[in-house]
Amino acid sequence: MSENLLEVTGLQKHFPITKGLFKRQVGAVRAVDGIDLTVQAGETLGLVGESGCGKSTAGRLFTRILEPTAGKIVFEGQDISHKSVTQMRPLRRDVQMIFQDPYSSLNPRHTIGTIISAPLQIQNIPTPQGLKTAVQELLELVGLSPEHYNRYPHEFSGGQRQRIGIARALALRPKLIIADEPVSALDVSIQAQVVNLLEDLQSEFDLTYVFIAHDLSVVRHISDRVAVMYLGKVMEIAHRDDLYKNPRHPYTVALMSAVPVPDPVRRDRAQRDRVLLTGDVPSPINPPSGCRFRTRCWKAQDICAVEEPPLVRRLDDPDGHLTACHFPVVEDEAVAGRKPATINV
Amino acid sequence: MSSVTPRPYLEVKDLTVRFETDDGVVQAVSGSSFSLEAGKTLGIVGESGSGKSVTSLAVLGLHRTRSNAKVTGQIWLDDQELVTASNEEVRALRGGKMSMIFQDPLSAMHPYFTVGAQIVEAYRIHHPGVNKKVARERAIDMLARVGIPQPSRRFNDYAHQFSGGMRQRAMIAMALVNDPKLLIADEPTTALDVTVQAQILDLIRDLQAEFGSAVIMITHDLGVVAELADDVLVMYGGKVIEQGPAIDLFQRPQHPYTWGLLGSMPRMDREVRDRLTPVKGSPPSLINLPSGCAFHPRCPYAGRNGDRSFTDIPVLTGGAHSVACHMSAEERTKIFQEEVAPNL
Ligand SMILES: Nc1ncnc2c1ncn2[C@@H]1O[C@H](COP(=O)(O)OP(=O)(O)OP(=O)(O)O)[C@@H](O)[C@H]1O
Ligand SMILES: Nc1ncnc2c1ncn2[C@@H]1O[C@H](COP(=O)(O)OP(=O)(O)O)[C@@H](O)[C@H]1O
Ligand code: SF4
Ligand code: SF4
Ligand SMILES: [Mg+2]
Ligand SMILES: [Mg+2]
Repeated sequence: MSENLLEVTGLQKHFPITKGLFKRQVGAVRAVDGIDLTVQAGETLGLVGESGCGKSTAGRLFTRILEPTAGKIVFEGQDISHKSVTQMRPLRRDVQMIFQDPYSSLNPRHTIGTIISAPLQIQNIPTPQGLKTAVQELLELVGLSPEHYNRYPHEFSGGQRQRIGIARALALRPKLIIADEPVSALDVSIQAQVVNLLEDLQSEFDLTYVFIAHDLSVVRHISDRVAVMYLGKVMEIAHRDDLYKNPRHPYTVALMSAVPVPDPVRRDRAQRDRVLLTGDVPSPINPPSGCRFRTRCWKAQDICAVEEPPLVRRLDDPDGHLTACHFPVVEDEAVAGRKPATINV
Repeated sequence: MSSVTPRPYLEVKDLTVRFETDDGVVQAVSGSSFSLEAGKTLGIVGESGSGKSVTSLAVLGLHRTRSNAKVTGQIWLDDQELVTASNEEVRALRGGKMSMIFQDPLSAMHPYFTVGAQIVEAYRIHHPGVNKKVARERAIDMLARVGIPQPSRRFNDYAHQFSGGMRQRAMIAMALVNDPKLLIADEPTTALDVTVQAQILDLIRDLQAEFGSAVIMITHDLGVVAELADDVLVMYGGKVIEQGPAIDLFQRPQHPYTWGLLGSMPRMDREVRDRLTPVKGSPPSLINLPSGCAFHPRCPYAGRNGDRSFTDIPVLTGGAHSVACHMSAEERTKIFQEEVAPNL
């Protein structure tokens, strides 16, 4: 029943760093450095991780806005890893992207009508009731008024602009939508409105989402499965409930414990249970050997510097719960005193 | 004034801030009153444009330089009134007795001076007699206190050479170098990852315990407020619509807008809800506030008490937990228990 819409194996994107007049390559930013995952038809896969861990780059690879350095992207059984722009054109209908910044992702000189109808025109999609009616239907679908057709982006609030971006992405009735931080720039009440809208549209049109965000609470709310990224790699992936109830990777545990709990009564407990990570995320130009999390991990041992842990099922985890760690966290592992020693860099 | 009860460390009374603009008068803050004791933290929450930053900038006297700004009311800091104080008096306090950290440390720090030099400068303005060496030691000590590794080496770095979290730490070091008695933090962690946010909140908490400062924490994140604040102000459309002790406010929120904020938040400490229950619509323009209760266009209960919500501005009830809403306390409690709480 759960067929794979998207399959990604060994996916890498290295951005070259060049120097001098002749652009000699002196290194590379390993933004995405070997990820394997699948996205099943009809599900929402959440992608979380700290700033710079490669979430957006992964999203841009999935939509083939970027071409991978290595690895494979298979969409509905077709290898699209290295398809040219022309070869990709028919597939553009099926895969769309929604961006974080509702301010910069809409052309300020175009009307809402022009912006939303552009994909229909580029793809030569027939609109039996006329282009304007098609756009106005889309506007209503995302909770905007059809009268907004002739207005410009600056006349709208952030939340409304995000709805415009969603209408544009929906115009071609895609199968897969990659939403890159679609609610991060919005106020909390507007954020919740957009989350509800995305959920409604998903059930109405059988959409599949990859939902990229750094907010773990929002990702938990909206996702069926969640992948946690760190420095260009997937550290852990599982069904939502497995991941949040039983995180195995020390990084996932630290990330979750850092989320502030909106309950002042539990403040002291939340603080006591918190795993404070020290130091910063290392540079993706030169990631640590072995396990990339080891410079900030309180469980690291010698082997962690030598051998990279594979992303596999650990302990007695259910199918599909995969963790890249030699020493996965067990339930009820003592949390107190988990503050790692300061690591000198 | 020879009253028996001493004034709280910070007391703001009926603060109003308006800006004259080409589009009309922006009523950024209308009649806010609150107070804060030394060693305590006040959380100010609200959506963007609700007047949080303007409130804090008014306390620091930063609207004085803006010709289009008009500030009225009273701001008492340690028994000194700041709205009527001279520019020199306010300047002497800023960076000394009171200081501020911002969301974006890069805009608060100079690109052409090293981080260390800026902290030294901030220290010497308020300690003119101190020689360079002592000031430098003080700056390095502050960098170490906020958890910058190898502080004497990093002293010579520029802000852009620091990561986001380190920059925020450096700004905190600069803000605290003169042992301020009042620290205003305006969305200090909004641009940071949660792991770094946790470090910074931890740092603010530790430093507050150490220095006994009063802290105003401005944020749109109710989670951050719940972590730090003793008391909370909820702002909407430039007004305080609910205020009270944090525990009370989170357990028995009274204002329909506060309910909406809580309903909008997915929570990690609860089971996943089928659906979020956000406030409908979007925040009002402060140039053209809705009549009566500014929240009425978004409030599901606006029609309950005849037309009052549409015509009369509700005033805060007063008391420890105070709410600006026309509904009676019994009515609100009943709605919260029966309709709101089960969906949170
Ligand atoms: N075009 C590019 N050239 C060089 N480096 C790049 C390019 N795009 C991204 N990077 C680098 O790749 C890494 C991953 O970036 P990416 O934008 O994917 O992160 P992210 O997880 O989306 O972060 P955020 O949460 O901040 O959006 C970063 O170190 C980034 O600086
Ligand atoms: N210098 C200014 N001139 C005119 N309007 C201003 C000025 N500063 C702030 N405002 C307006 O005051 C209102 C409150 O702003 P602010 O306090 O910054 O909101 P927030 O709650 O997001 O911090 C907004 O409508 C803002 O546009
Ligand atoms: S492999 Fe080692 S360093 Fe990496 S997360 Fe597991 S314990 Fe920590
Ligand atoms: S005064 Fe009326 S409109 Fe305002 S919050 Fe109360 S019930 Fe809602
Ligand atoms: Mg990104
Ligand atoms: Mg602000």
